[in-house]
Amino acid sequence: MAPWLQLGVLVLLLVLAYRPLGDFMAHTYTSPDHLRIERFLYRLVGVDPDAEQRWTGYAIALVAFSGVCILFLYVMQRAQGVLPMSLGFHGVQPALAFNTAISFTTNTNWQAYAGESTMGNLVQMSGLAVQNFVSAAVGMAVAVALIRAFARKNADTIGNFWTDLVRTCVRILVPISAVVALLFVSQGMIQNLHGFQQVTTLGGAHQMIPGGPVASQEAIKEFGTNGGGFFNANSAHPFENPNAFTNLFEIFLLLVIPFALTGTFGKMIGNRKQGYVLALVMASLWLGSALVAWHFETAPPAGTTAAAVTGGNMTGKEVRFGVPASTLFAASTTDTSTGAVIASHDSFTPLGGAVPLVNIMLSEVTPGGTGSGLYGMLVIAVLAVFIAGLMVGRTPEYLGKKIEPREMKLVALYILLTPSLVLLFTGIAIVLPSSRASILNAGPHGLTEVLYAFTSGTNNNGSAFAGLSANTTFFNTTLGLAMFFGRFGSMVLALALAGALVRKQHVPESAGTFPTTTPLFGGLLGGVLLIVTGLTYFPALSLGPLAEGFLK
Amino acid sequence: MIDRSMVWNALPDALRKLDPRTMVRNPVMFVVEVVSVVTTVTLFVSPSLFDVLITIWLWLTVIFANLAEAVAEGRGKAQAEALRRTRTETVARRLRDDGTEELVPGTALVRGDRCVVEANEIIPGDGDVVEGVASVDESAITGESAPVIRESGGDRSAVTGGTKVLSDRIVVQITSEPGQTFIDRMIALVEGAKRQKTPNEIALNILLSSLTIIFLLATATLQPMAIYSNGRQTLVVLIALLVCLIPTTIGALLSAIGIAGMDRLVQRNVLAMSGRAVEAAGDVNTLLLDKTGTITLGNRQAAEFIPAPGVSVEDMADAAQITSLADETPEGRSIVVLAKERYGLRGRELAGAEFVPFTAQTRMSGVNVDGRMLRKGAADSVKGWVREQGGDVSEEVDTIVAGIAVQGGTPLTVADGSRVLGVVYLKDIVKEGISERFDELRRMGIRTVMITGDNPRTAAAIAAEAGVDDFLAEATPEDKMALIRSEQAGGKLVAMTGDGTNDAPALAQADVGVAMNTGTSAAKEAGNMVDLDSNPTKLIEIVEIGKQLLITRGALTTFSIANDVAKYFAIIPAMFVAVYPGLATMNVMHLSSPNSAILSAVIFNALVIVALIPLALRGVKYKPQPAGLMLRKNLAIYGLGGVIAPFIGIKLIDLLVSLLRLH
Repeated sequence: MAPWLQLGVLVLLLVLAYRPLGDFMAHTYTSPDHLRIERFLYRLVGVDPDAEQRWTGYAIALVAFSGVCILFLYVMQRAQGVLPMSLGFHGVQPALAFNTAISFTTNTNWQAYAGESTMGNLVQMSGLAVQNFVSAAVGMAVAVALIRAFARKNADTIGNFWTDLVRTCVRILVPISAVVALLFVSQGMIQNLHGFQQVTTLGGAHQMIPGGPVASQEAIKEFGTNGGGFFNANSAHPFENPNAFTNLFEIFLLLVIPFALTGTFGKMIGNRKQGYVLALVMASLWLGSALVAWHFETAPPAGTTAAAVTGGNMTGKEVRFGVPASTLFAASTTDTSTGAVIASHDSFTPLGGAVPLVNIMLSEVTPGGTGSGLYGMLVIAVLAVFIAGLMVGRTPEYLGKKIEPREMKLVALYILLTPSLVLLFTGIAIVLPSSRASILNAGPHGLTEVLYAFTSGTNNNGSAFAGLSANTTFFNTTLGLAMFFGRFGSMVLALALAGALVRKQHVPESAGTFPTTTPLFGGLLGGVLLIVTGLTYFPALSLGPLAEGFLK
Repeated sequence: MIDRSMVWNALPDALRKLDPRTMVRNPVMFVVEVVSVVTTVTLFVSPSLFDVLITIWLWLTVIFANLAEAVAEGRGKAQAEALRRTRTETVARRLRDDGTEELVPGTALVRGDRCVVEANEIIPGDGDVVEGVASVDESAITGESAPVIRESGGDRSAVTGGTKVLSDRIVVQITSEPGQTFIDRMIALVEGAKRQKTPNEIALNILLSSLTIIFLLATATLQPMAIYSNGRQTLVVLIALLVCLIPTTIGALLSAIGIAGMDRLVQRNVLAMSGRAVEAAGDVNTLLLDKTGTITLGNRQAAEFIPAPGVSVEDMADAAQITSLADETPEGRSIVVLAKERYGLRGRELAGAEFVPFTAQTRMSGVNVDGRMLRKGAADSVKGWVREQGGDVSEEVDTIVAGIAVQGGTPLTVADGSRVLGVVYLKDIVKEGISERFDELRRMGIRTVMITGDNPRTAAAIAAEAGVDDFLAEATPEDKMALIRSEQAGGKLVAMTGDGTNDAPALAQADVGVAMNTGTSAAKEAGNMVDLDSNPTKLIEIVEIGKQLLITRGALTTFSIANDVAKYFAIIPAMFVAVYPGLATMNVMHLSSPNSAILSAVIFNALVIVALIPLALRGVKYKPQPAGLMLRKNLAIYGLGGVIAPFIGIKLIDLLVSLLRLH
């Protein structure tokens, strides 16, 4: 009963937050007024916040900004040894620093290191935590630019990157995260600047207890679908996730922006139903995946007697949360591009463990990361409309914009990009002797570990299947590249698509228009997403989780 | 639709199309051809029955695809052949500047030359009649044997090279350059020689190419994973998987669909100058339809006799009929007919009658017989005449006249000397079934606008009766143009028909401009389609053909992609069941052996192309209905059907293959 109640409360919270947050974000991106602090920031950087950009200008600003962030993070990690507040940690190794710099800038938060034993407070707070805000904001900026492309007609520009970035941080992410951090502290989450403290346990033993500004980082970790833990155990750690309430609230936080952005979308294009359809498709796939994972984890293969006692497969799960909450968290963290974990996905049953993997393979659109989920879903919607839209006897159009060769080219490249990176890198890693040495388990499970790593990296999820020793030059480099191209390649293509769409005339709706607010379209959209993903990854999945799941 | 001989005739072309330079135009099938070559080469290294069979079926896949295209083209070729026969070498009688004639070959004529053509001579090139009038046999291009009149000036001046003058003498000013005549263009069009990919075809090709690349990657990276899993695959098996996954069905049929779409237009005697225009026809939001000929029959007809007070309707009808006996206009004849049908009054010979013909000045006509002076004509003219005779027109009659005008009709007053007998209600007759057609169009989301020179009141009445959505009354060419522009500014695509020279700018501006073949050269040049039957109603059919073309493409794309699900379930377990016996669970079709499973999938993949050629050529059945309904139906047939069909097909082929012990 309790699991259903949890799920019910979660869904209720999401429904309650949908309109207010969605509308607030729409207002944020359409308001002509600037706050004083924003004006200050614009002057500081020297940009005109009211100057509209074409897609090229927008993309250049975005990539340049992110490039600078990567460089900054890299240098900061390398120089950690000489910087203050390092807690005595040395500079980070080049390959790892490269990987981590990209990882946090791309909103992936793949961590090939253990937080408490690698990064000092300065890097955590002014490096990684800052990226938690801005990388999320960059994703939302792209989504908003694409929304504008649908909303405008015969236009040339899609907004101003700097304005979108600053407003996202100043008006949405920072204030809400601050409130959430206080809420977390009230629940027992730590927020301090201590290093390690030695304490004496009741048994008289000595123990090193880490400290740090956890609550503030935890809030944006979930709210910005980042997922990079302060500690290696991530949200399974009591300091990051003290109790059942914070656990549920963390799940709510990581889902709320991606879902509410569909409301922002509906509001900005002037047709809320269009947003509802996307939200419902996202919600169905998210809920479906949570239930499937729950099913497999509570009903592990016959013969495991422990399962009968504990109510499911408890291996690798936090006892405080149990199976239902763990599967719900796992599904939510992989359906969004968060990647925070409260359980080891590696220790799920083979088919239960396939759920997080498949969720990420769906290219993080159910509901996906902050911003990236929406723009990814919009690209899939264009694809679905193109494939099936011809069947109503008209040149396919989505939201009044005709889908012609240029749009199709960009959509095709977009859907090609992430599978190519995942499959190519996995193919290479699985045969090279040096990278094969990193694989812990033999057989199909080992393949799943590698496949999961590249899937997670390319799609900017950041969760790890564990079992793979990823802190090697090979994996740090290849995963870094996968994250970089997966993120910025997709973004540039999404912006180019925005640039193509914004120029278009708006075809007025009629009885002959392909309807995109009906359950039928919702089914089609979900179907196209599942079939295209399924067809792409089926061979790889069949040699990994499926082979393992059907092992005789 | 297709018979054995068509396929047989197309076979050499299908083989000729194996030339890689031709194949590369179709990326999906080009990939199949390349891998077919690769498997053929591997046969020389390590031949096995399985590899040989796979290789044969891969080649057949490519050939079937080419066959589809060749069959589609073949139908056009036959038509082109017929056209070519009409383009016999002609000798033109060119006029020199001084008025004398010289004989030159028809192919030597250039734009601006003037030629004389007399009875039983072939018109040497496209042009406009600048002098004289002649009856012309245009059956060579229209298939219509009844001769048509072509005369200088006005909107019936255009003549087409290759047609034959039956009577009289005309002077034709040539309007086309050699090799670019109408017939030349027709031949090129039906042959598909100049066929360029349309925007939608290009977009679809991009999608298909990207799917091909994805599956290429999925297959290529499967090998390292297979090696890791100790299940290394042979090249032939990987290629079989690849070919089954890439969208060969739609890839093979895509160009056939396009050619067949153009062909369907040609069958209806419409020539589209580009495939782009056909596609645009499917997208049309607004149809501009000329009232006369499209919405109403050409002429007004008598609908009712309304007697003046104190006159019996029979007397009035009788008088109206008598005034019309000598009136050969369609209106006049319709009065005679109506009187006969309604009141049993027969037309009769009037002895000693003196007919008064209609003139533009009097605006009435009539007859003087037996001392009666019967007149009929425009209400105010007759009023004036009655007053001249010393009578007057009662208020009641004025009310009747005004009432008819309000309803969009034309009142004709009938008078006997000083006495007004009544009013004939002449009505525009809306074509039967036209309002149902407009309902259909509305359900398809297409708005109809009636264009007419009538005054707004009359136009409104006819528009209401015909069920058009809107009308443009007292329309000038400029008004038409402005209407098209404003519709287009709202993002709408506009289709129209036209024939006159003053229609040319609007025809050029419209997204789909259908020129009537009877129209002027200027109109034919400006439009992007020509209707050889000169039937304005055909615009509606053109829209339907455009839609059908797009629907067929979408249906087969969906079908092709949906097919892959079953193929995975056939091939993947077959590939890896040796290393992971548990994967046999996924062999839901219970195919008899791994080799048979793979071979069956490849055979199905090839045969489904052949099975769908008729559909590609005929087009998916199209019924006007709202997009939502249509989508639901087509998704069920081609989406769901596309998932299910191959499960059944592959299973059946597997049964056959294992029966024949081919594996």
